[in-house]
Amino acid sequence: MKALRFERSLPRFAAARIAGTLAPGRGAKVGPLKLVDVDAPELPGPDWHVVRPRLAGICGSDLATVDGMSSRYFEPIVSFPFVPGHEVVGELDDGSRVVVEPVLHCAVRGIDPVCSWCASGQTNRCERIAYGHLEPGLQSGFCEDTGGGWSTFMVAHERQIHRVPDDLTDEDAVMVEPTACCVHAAAAHPGGSDGSTVVLGSGTIGLCTVAALAARDVHPIAVAKHPEQKRLAKSLGAETVCAPDQLAGVVRRATGSLQNGAQLTGGADHVFDCVGTSASIQQSLQVVAPGGTIHLVGMPATVSIDLTGLWHREVSISGRYAYTHAEFEQAFDVVRAARLGRLVSATYPLDRFTDALQHAAEAGRRGATKIAFDLRTEKERNR
Amino acid sequence: MSQHRRPGFVLEVDRSTPPTLFMHGEGFRLERLPVGSRVIYPAEALPVLKDPDAAIRHALENPIESAPLRELLFPGMKLTIAFDDISLPLPPMQRPDVRQRVIEAVLDVAAEAGVDDVHIIAALALHRRMNEAELRHALGDRVYDAFAPNGTLYNHDAEDRDNLVFLGETEQGEEVEINKRAAESDLLVYVNINLVAMDGGHKSTATGLASYRSLRHHHNVKTMQDSRSFMDRHKSELHSSNWRMGEVIRKAGVKVFQIETTLNNDTFPKPFDFLQKREWEWKALDRATFITSSKALERTPFGIKNKIFQSILAPHDMTSVQAGAIEPVHELTTAKVHEQQLVHVEGQTDVLTMGLPYICPYNVNSIMNPILVACLGLGYFFNLYRGKPLVREGGVLIMSHPTPWAFNPVHHPSYIDFFEQVLSETTDPLEIEAKYEKSFAEDEWYRHLYRTSYAYHGVHPFYMWYWCAHALQHLGAVIIVGGDTKAVRRLGFKPATTLRDALEMAEDVVGRDPSITHLHAPPILLADVT
Repeated sequence: MKALRFERSLPRFAAARIAGTLAPGRGAKVGPLKLVDVDAPELPGPDWHVVRPRLAGICGSDLATVDGMSSRYFEPIVSFPFVPGHEVVGELDDGSRVVVEPVLHCAVRGIDPVCSWCASGQTNRCERIAYGHLEPGLQSGFCEDTGGGWSTFMVAHERQIHRVPDDLTDEDAVMVEPTACCVHAAAAHPGGSDGSTVVLGSGTIGLCTVAALAARDVHPIAVAKHPEQKRLAKSLGAETVCAPDQLAGVVRRATGSLQNGAQLTGGADHVFDCVGTSASIQQSLQVVAPGGTIHLVGMPATVSIDLTGLWHREVSISGRYAYTHAEFEQAFDVVRAARLGRLVSATYPLDRFTDALQHAAEAGRRGATKIAFDLRTEKERNR
Repeated sequence: MSQHRRPGFVLEVDRSTPPTLFMHGEGFRLERLPVGSRVIYPAEALPVLKDPDAAIRHALENPIESAPLRELLFPGMKLTIAFDDISLPLPPMQRPDVRQRVIEAVLDVAAEAGVDDVHIIAALALHRRMNEAELRHALGDRVYDAFAPNGTLYNHDAEDRDNLVFLGETEQGEEVEINKRAAESDLLVYVNINLVAMDGGHKSTATGLASYRSLRHHHNVKTMQDSRSFMDRHKSELHSSNWRMGEVIRKAGVKVFQIETTLNNDTFPKPFDFLQKREWEWKALDRATFITSSKALERTPFGIKNKIFQSILAPHDMTSVQAGAIEPVHELTTAKVHEQQLVHVEGQTDVLTMGLPYICPYNVNSIMNPILVACLGLGYFFNLYRGKPLVREGGVLIMSHPTPWAFNPVHHPSYIDFFEQVLSETTDPLEIEAKYEKSFAEDEWYRHLYRTSYAYHGVHPFYMWYWCAHALQHLGAVIIVGGDTKAVRRLGFKPATTLRDALEMAEDVVGRDPSITHLHAPPILLADVT
């Protein structure tokens, strides 16, 4: 089968990092990601299925990996070589369409008894993602044994499989996984119209967070850079949409705050940072209310921020990673209600992966949101 | 100054007409208007008072429908002198400012009468506070040094609840709340500069010393749409409301001694005086100055250009001073303003063009942001008419101005938010008023900046937009030539690169071969349209 495979190669990793620093998405040309012929992964056990991807999305974390920008934190919880792609809608052997819930938690890994987090249903906090009968990997798409969506063939455990209702298109279905992340993030909000909420960033995660919050009757202030992002954020339920440099003014007005220098005296009770950079976290601190919470939804890496305001104003920063099984199910409803399939802006065949990754890296500027690999054609299937 | 000044007139452009000057922010352009276009030129400057100080003393001693000022003053009394703020005159005048002359004369009379409880207040309503340099320029060092250090010269604070007093309501339910010190004084002397016909009269006190609670009754969309125009007091709902409030103030026992002054329209000092000459009378030096200054300005960064133009001090001087009871005084004042500014114009036009200068009442020593560009064009210049608007209903207004997306964050903080958060949603004045005004007016941060910094009140950009309401209702389209495209579009107007492009665009609205009229201002004129 054909697959885009990420190999452990320090020189190529370094080259990707340099190229990715110069221009996001360029790491694909020189880095450790290659289109290769490989053997299909074997089924790890009786509860496993072959999944033939139909669409596989490109996520911000994938881009960071391709550009060599990922944190070294991930090294012990991924296994090389791996086939990326954890936003997957595919087909089982019986032809039914499924979405893969990629978290490789205890039950998937054959660990019994499961860890306390998995026992409580919070599989996103699983303590055993590098243990059990699978090679390390926090998710499918980062594990050598499972394969990933950027290929024509992968395997998934029965617990990872969600059937796709007929009324959802493949485009809708490929949006379920990122939306589930945002459903989980939005669950940290008490819901309703009290207080003020900010969603920073209007890429896929930002927009889906707006949609997930709107489903809880929360209509946030959304921050968007580009015209199409602004239009989408508004249509998905943002009360107000503003440019990044306008955020402090908008939040100040919405919350009736004063200012101490650039710092608002009041601010938003909840800030969902869907970017995860030093600048976005710093901006979140500028506009979050005393006692408020910054929810890190976008994957951060190494950042440099001044935490004085966090200490002085008793602000919390809370990571929001992945989802529970139940939240993954809820994501189908959010996708359906908000018609999130429309966020899939362009698809590419595997052999144009450098173009695809570059498009994904420049998505906002080019008026796009989600870029995906399209593996539905016979040509792709028979690779 | 020539004593044989020529009146304003309307020129019809023919093949021999030289290109017409358009002001263009911190610069100017020469544009060739189509043959058959009309150009309205202002009158030349009226003769000025030969001895203004003597004229002021005479006015104080011989007021209209009032006892002389000295008879109204007595030892132990509370005397408050209020004066028009930084928004007048435009450009700021060369020293000595009229206000200095008048206030020094009033203080001389007060001193002779043994009055020692005197407060001097800048009647700025919801405008920004004047700083020390601006107060010194307006009032002179002697007055400033005598009063400011002990806190008896200060800016009116429309948000100081402890120093406002509610005087009652008009029959229409308009609340009248003004400065407490002024209201509770034994005499309020108001020192006015009447640059345009809109200024003065009861508006001086009822607006200049009022609070938002009071101002909202006439600074609103309906009032502006019902004022045809607000430069014509008898057809201005803005003024009717102020006159009603003036009556409430009078009935509440506030005794006002009104001093109004008029200026000639000698607007630009050398070397910029060619800007107020008629183009065919430009001498070689004028042409050379135009060419060299235009070329130099093209290459000059905005900040430096802005500083150069904001440093212009106008040579205009007093043409009249009258004192006494508000209404008869204002009648004389208005007549004098008309004598300087009225120009008879026959018939309306399909397309009205204008070149907007670098300054308006709200950006002295500041930046003319896009909202102020709109206000100057659609609020002030469009309304410089008596009778009928210069442009017909459904016609097109073409304004020339660079309209930079630029704001002074100290002076205009709420303007920035208005531009970015309100105009991005809607440009409909009624919707803006209903949906956003209250939250801006009551915003604690804007209130803080208005009271302690040098910011216009939070609601002020709304008033600027309401000022445009009559024009927005009347016009078929507004086009800005040479403006920042994004800023122009945010205002809801159409951008054009050249005047020729703008005229072609206008034809889409008013049809082929439209009548075109150019308002050649500044200097200011008031079109008497029949």
